[in-house]
Amino acid sequence: MSGEIVLLAHGGGGRMTDELIRNVILSAFGNFTLNKLTDAAEIQIGQNSISFTTDGFVVKPLFFNGGDIGKLAICGTINDLAVSGAKPIALSMSLIIEEGLEIEILRQLLNSAAKTAKEENVEVVCGDTKVVEAGAADKLFINTSGIGLKLPKANIGFERIQPGDKIIISGTIGDHGMTIMSQREGMKFDTDIQSDCGSVAHICANVIEVCGEDIKFMRDPTRGGLAAALNEIVRQTSSAIEIDEEYIPVNPSTKAAAEMLGFDILDIANEGKVVIIVSSDKAEKCLSVCRQSKNGKNAAIIGQVVKSDEPIVELITKIKSRRIVQMPYGRELPRIC
Amino acid sequence: MLERINRAYTQIARATKTLGRKINIMEVCGTHTVSIFRAGLRDSFPDSLKLLSGPGCPVCISDHGYIDAIISLSDRSDCIIATYGDMIRVPGRKGSLEQRTKQGNIKIVLSAEDVLKIAKQHPDKKIVFVAVGFETTAPATAVIVREAKQQNIKNVFVFSNHKTVIPAINALLSEVNNNIDAFLCPGHVSVIIGSNAYLPIVEKFKKPCVVAGFEPMQIIDAISEICKQLADNTPAVASVYPAAVNEQGNKTAQKIVSEVFDEGDGYWRGLGLIAQSTLKLKNEFSEYDAEKQLNIEFIPEEDLTGCRCGEVLCGLIDPPQCAMFGNECTSDTPVGPCMVSSEGACSAWFKYGRRRRRRQ
Repeated sequence: MSGEIVLLAHGGGGRMTDELIRNVILSAFGNFTLNKLTDAAEIQIGQNSISFTTDGFVVKPLFFNGGDIGKLAICGTINDLAVSGAKPIALSMSLIIEEGLEIEILRQLLNSAAKTAKEENVEVVCGDTKVVEAGAADKLFINTSGIGLKLPKANIGFERIQPGDKIIISGTIGDHGMTIMSQREGMKFDTDIQSDCGSVAHICANVIEVCGEDIKFMRDPTRGGLAAALNEIVRQTSSAIEIDEEYIPVNPSTKAAAEMLGFDILDIANEGKVVIIVSSDKAEKCLSVCRQSKNGKNAAIIGQVVKSDEPIVELITKIKSRRIVQMPYGRELPRIC
Repeated sequence: MLERINRAYTQIARATKTLGRKINIMEVCGTHTVSIFRAGLRDSFPDSLKLLSGPGCPVCISDHGYIDAIISLSDRSDCIIATYGDMIRVPGRKGSLEQRTKQGNIKIVLSAEDVLKIAKQHPDKKIVFVAVGFETTAPATAVIVREAKQQNIKNVFVFSNHKTVIPAINALLSEVNNNIDAFLCPGHVSVIIGSNAYLPIVEKFKKPCVVAGFEPMQIIDAISEICKQLADNTPAVASVYPAAVNEQGNKTAQKIVSEVFDEGDGYWRGLGLIAQSTLKLKNEFSEYDAEKQLNIEFIPEEDLTGCRCGEVLCGLIDPPQCAMFGNECTSDTPVGPCMVSSEGACSAWFKYGRRRRRRQ
C-alpha cells in the first residue's frame, strides 16, 4: 500500500478502496458473512432471511442539482438492500453535525430525507445525533443503516452468473458524478445535468417478481461507476463481460461535461441506477419491466457475459473496435456520495 | 461513418505502397492519446499503420530537475504549492507531493485563478504555482501574473514550465534516427496558435501536419488526409477541425502570453534541452518568477534507473517494451510520469490496452 497514511483515493471506490478493505478492514473483522463483500449482508433469523446494510454520506455540496445529502442518504441504503433482492423495511439515521450549521439547512435536508423515505414506504425508526466543533467535520455527515426482508422469488449471487447472460443498465450513466463535479467550487460551469439520485427499489422488486430466478445478480454502480461494478462482477466469476458503447445510455450534456474534464464516463458515479444480470431468455422481458418501473424508463441491454480464460471487461467502441475497461484508480472524485 | 473508415483504409493502403514500408504517425497531444485508446483506434487500423504517442502531456514532459525542485519547495515551511492535480503523484528523487499532503501546504487547483484566491487567504506564505501545460494553459497563467501585479499581490510565484509545441516537433524531426512520417496536430493548442504555425515544419522537413479535434471520427479523417498526402507526396498543413481552428489562431491569447512571457531554452524529459521551447516570465515580471526569487536548486537529470518514459515520449518504444511497465510501474504505483498522468501514453496503454504484460 503506497505510503502509510490514508489518501483520498482510498475512498474512491476503485482499486485503492479495495486494497484498504482487504488489507486493513477485513483483517480486523473478517468473517464468513462480511468476507463476501456484498452490498448487504444476509442473516438468517428463524425462518426469515434478513438483509442488513449501512452506508456513510459525505457528499459536497450538501445540495446539488437533482438531490441533496438527505435524499441521497435514504436512497443509498434502500438501493443497497434492493439490489440484494430484499424489500427495504426500516432505516436508522445518525447525524454528525459541525457546529455552526444553520438549523434551517438541517431542517430542509431532513425534510427531504423524510419525504423520500415516505415515498419509498420506509420509516426511519432509530437514530443518533452528534455535534463536533467547527473544523472537525464539514457541515454534515450522515450514516444510515437499513434492514430488509428477502423477496421470496429472489435468488441472487455471483455464482449464478453464466456465459450468455445479458447485462441491463436501468438508465443513463454518469449523471450523479458529473453533476457534483460541475457544482464544485472552482469548477462551476453552467450545465443542465441533473443527478440521478433516486431509488431503484421498484425496478429491483418488479424484475424479481416477473423474472424470478432468471435475475442472476444486481448491483448499483455508485463510486467507480459502471466500470467498477462490472469489474467486481468479472473478478468474482470465471467469465468475462463485453459491453457495446452504442447501446449504453448517456445524457449528451453529461457526456460533454465528462469529455471537457477528461473523464471516462464509464468511471463516473451513479446514485439511482442498477446493473442487472439476467438470463438471455428473459432479457427482453426484464428490459420491458425495467422501462415500466419508476426510474427505469431509459433502461437498455448493453452487453453480455462471455466465456473467457481471462476475467476482463471489454468495450466494443462506436467504431466497432475493442478495448479493455479497467477498475478505476479512484482518485478522480472525492466526496461524491 | 463506414464510408469515412473505408476511405481511411484506402489511403493507408496507398501510402504504404508509396513508402514501401510501415507508416508512423505521431500525435503530440495527451487528449488525442486518450481518445485514440478509448475508441480502440490502434487495434482497428492495419498493422502497416503505427500511431506513436509523442510529447503531448504536460506532466510527462516535465523533466526530473523541475519535479525535484517543486518537491524541495514543498518541504519549505514558508511555501504553499498550488498545482494541477496530476502533478501531485509524479515521483521525484525524494518521493512525490502526494506523500506530503499531510503537511497541509499542497493545494490542488482546477484553474489558475484559484492561485490568487489562495494567495489572499494566506498572506504570510509564498504561493508557488506549478505552471505547466502548452499554449492552452499559458494564457491563464499570464492573466494571473498580470492581475497579481495590478492588485499588488506580492506572495504569488510562478514556477513556469509552460512549453510550446513547434520547437518540440522541430527537435523530434531533427533527430537523425527519427521514424516519424507525419504529425497529428493538437486541436486545442491549434485553436490558440493557428494552423499556419505548422508551415515552417512542413517547409523544412516535408512532413504532413494535420490538425484534428478529439472525436474518433475526426482522428480517422485526419489519418486519411495524412495518408493521402504521403501517397501523393504532397506534404502540407491541413485541418479537419475547421469549426474551431483558423490559420491565425487566437490573437488575444497570443498577445497576453507575449506580454508576460519570453521564449527561453528549456529541458524536456527524453528530449533534453530544446532552444526557445519554454515560456519564462519577462524581466518586468521577475518579482513573480519563482526561479529568480526563491533560490531554487535546479539540476537537470536523467530518468530514474530503468524508467524509459523518455524513449516513449520520442516514439522510440511502446510502453510495454519497458521492463517496468505492468510490473513495478502500474497506475496504482507509477514510477514514471507517463504512467502518472491520465493523459500519459503509459497510463492510456495500461488502462485501455488489450493485454497487460506480467513478469513471469
